[in-house]
Amino acid sequence: MTTVEEPTAAPDPAQPATSSGKVRKAFSSPLASIFMIVVTVLWTIPTIGLLVTSVRPAGDVALTGWWTVFTHPSFTLENYHKVLFESSFGSSGGMLPYLVNSLAIAIPATIFPLALASMAAYALAWVRFKGSDTIFFAIFALQIVPLQMALIPLLQLFNGGAHIGSVTIIPAPNLGGTYVPVWLAHTMFAMPLAIFLLHNFIAQLPRDVMEAAQVDGASHFKIFRTIVLPLAAPALASFAIFQFLWTWNDLLVALTFVGGTADVAPLTVRLSQMAGSFGRSWEVVTAGAFISIVVPLIVFFSLQRYFVRGLLAGSVKG
Amino acid sequence: MVREPLPVRPSPRPVSGKRDAKHVRRVWEPYQILILTWQGGVRRLCWLPGRVTYARNLLLGSSGTFLPVKGFFSMATVSYRKATRIYPGTQKPAVDALDLEIQDGEFLVLVGPSGCGKSTSLRMLAGLEDVDQGGIYIDDRDVTNLPPKARDIAMVFQNYALYPHMTVYENMAFALKLRKTPKHEIDVRVKKAAQMLQLEDYLGRKPKALSGGQRQRVAMGRAIVREPQVFLMDEPLSNLDAKLRVQTRSQIAGLQKELGITTVYVTHDQIEAMTMGHRVAVMLDGVLQQVASPRELYDRPQNVFVAGFIGSPAMNIKKVQLNQDGAVFASLVLPLTREQLAAARAEGGDNQVIVGFRPEDCDLVSASEGGLPIEVELVEDLGAEANVYGHAAVNGSNERFVVRTDRRHMPDMGETVYIKPRVGQHHAFNAATEQRI
Repeated sequence: MTTVEEPTAAPDPAQPATSSGKVRKAFSSPLASIFMIVVTVLWTIPTIGLLVTSVRPAGDVALTGWWTVFTHPSFTLENYHKVLFESSFGSSGGMLPYLVNSLAIAIPATIFPLALASMAAYALAWVRFKGSDTIFFAIFALQIVPLQMALIPLLQLFNGGAHIGSVTIIPAPNLGGTYVPVWLAHTMFAMPLAIFLLHNFIAQLPRDVMEAAQVDGASHFKIFRTIVLPLAAPALASFAIFQFLWTWNDLLVALTFVGGTADVAPLTVRLSQMAGSFGRSWEVVTAGAFISIVVPLIVFFSLQRYFVRGLLAGSVKG
Repeated sequence: MVREPLPVRPSPRPVSGKRDAKHVRRVWEPYQILILTWQGGVRRLCWLPGRVTYARNLLLGSSGTFLPVKGFFSMATVSYRKATRIYPGTQKPAVDALDLEIQDGEFLVLVGPSGCGKSTSLRMLAGLEDVDQGGIYIDDRDVTNLPPKARDIAMVFQNYALYPHMTVYENMAFALKLRKTPKHEIDVRVKKAAQMLQLEDYLGRKPKALSGGQRQRVAMGRAIVREPQVFLMDEPLSNLDAKLRVQTRSQIAGLQKELGITTVYVTHDQIEAMTMGHRVAVMLDGVLQQVASPRELYDRPQNVFVAGFIGSPAMNIKKVQLNQDGAVFASLVLPLTREQLAAARAEGGDNQVIVGFRPEDCDLVSASEGGLPIEVELVEDLGAEANVYGHAAVNGSNERFVVRTDRRHMPDMGETVYIKPRVGQHHAFNAATEQRI
């Protein structure tokens, strides 16, 4: 068989032959269903509260809890109008420029690691060279290092370059006020996990297909482009969602590397400033938060079938 | 296309005083360097749009643009010269100094039990496996260290290895596209191959929508459109059901005859080997045992292994004592010639000899005719004939025998029959070396 097969459900539900079949059966019992519904509702309540708050008038928000809306309903879209369009609000204009900034950060910060990691994963999985295993393990081991540890050294590198004594190894790159530091930082932090996930998926592609392509006259790059990329699409898509959501929701990295510059700051930075130091006008924050959720929701729902299948296929065999 | 190394102006020779003619190197003038660089540059430019590939294929005919004229463009002999493969971390070679010459247009079958190195040998020829010692030559061109793509071979894999995300058409066209074959020609060749293989109706389908037999044919088609110098097939029929296998067997043999392309075919099935191959190479533990035509292999096996491997049911092979006339089977003596007797006693053969006779090379006789008495354990009725399995006491040990009889003389289970090998139809091997004598 040459196709990458997906695990199929056991044909007879009464006697599940595979372990996945057993799990499936256990999850389909009524008790489990009720439990899952309860958990889902509990988990959704904060989000509902957020949504309700975002459409309540500012005065009500300050005085009563969001659940009182069910007995004394009063709704307004004032908050949304405020965050989106009112340039007099807060320190600068509405949210739209920040929305664009967020896209300008998240999209390249997804594409760069995806492109680099898929190539690296192919090379580590299928190109025979000395020390490829060592390199793979070294990259994997990098995941142990928390990114918070790298923030300050990286910031120093971006601001002042690298020096040993008075010798300049890397001159100051002068990247202040651009997106480049955030792109680079996100790419660096994403690489170990990306390579690991994609490597596991790509290494499981059938060997014969690779060899057939070799015999057919394909170079490594051709094999990568015409065989590996199409076949690894589920893994690529799932990692793309992962990375996009991560960069979209990220505050720490963005704040560290472009924090001071309003021109390039993403939505999350703006959101954190909206509330103000004392938590005034947080009804505006809820509206802003809901606007910032829209894009990830679109991405997630358009690619979610890959998200479930691809991640499983990438990390677990089967 | 060989690019000349860019000439560089030699550095002034150290003053050594020696100036014999051999050592005087040419000093390049700047304008000459300029011209040569220019030529190099032009050549490099030509590489880009694949024009040179086109022209090269036109000149060399290496599966480029011409349909092969039988015996002219696709001439290819293959030689293994002491080719050895030792897998890293093992001592014993997987393929041990394989010496094999394959003629142009020949259908050679590599056969042997699993793990005998036949697939490894094939993969070495394909360039998918390193050659640790010795070399491999296609048309006297040393391909030992060339990558697969530089060898002009096509391979059919055991599980077909179709590209799952491409249609049948794209699968077949893939190699041609890589070679920058013009589009209309790809179309002509793919259509032609599809017609040969009855795949015309499936060109738009993906492999997962095909049956096993169809997938197998696509794999064949992918090899055929390449018009390579050599076809390699690695157990291409083992995933088909029995009936389809027999059918496809003859199709492949017919196709090979039609195309006249040198083919190396690996199988563990000796019937496939015997029916398809012009010559059959039998391997065991990485060592080539015998390479000969199927008839020769059957009639004159070179050693005990080949004798036992070829033929179904297997030959009856027993180690027995010698006397002055031949091999002693209890009451029966199989006569050996004077030379055979001498050879059997040489090289540590002692007073023993290994003899074998095929199940179909003996007759059931009556008790009075001096046959070997055999107690029947099992009768396999194949319709036209029957295989009779039984055992007999030979020199104190209980030995199993198989005899093929026609259906009119089928014995019953538990019965005792008397078998007598036909005169001159038995094989004798030295007991120590296991070589034919």
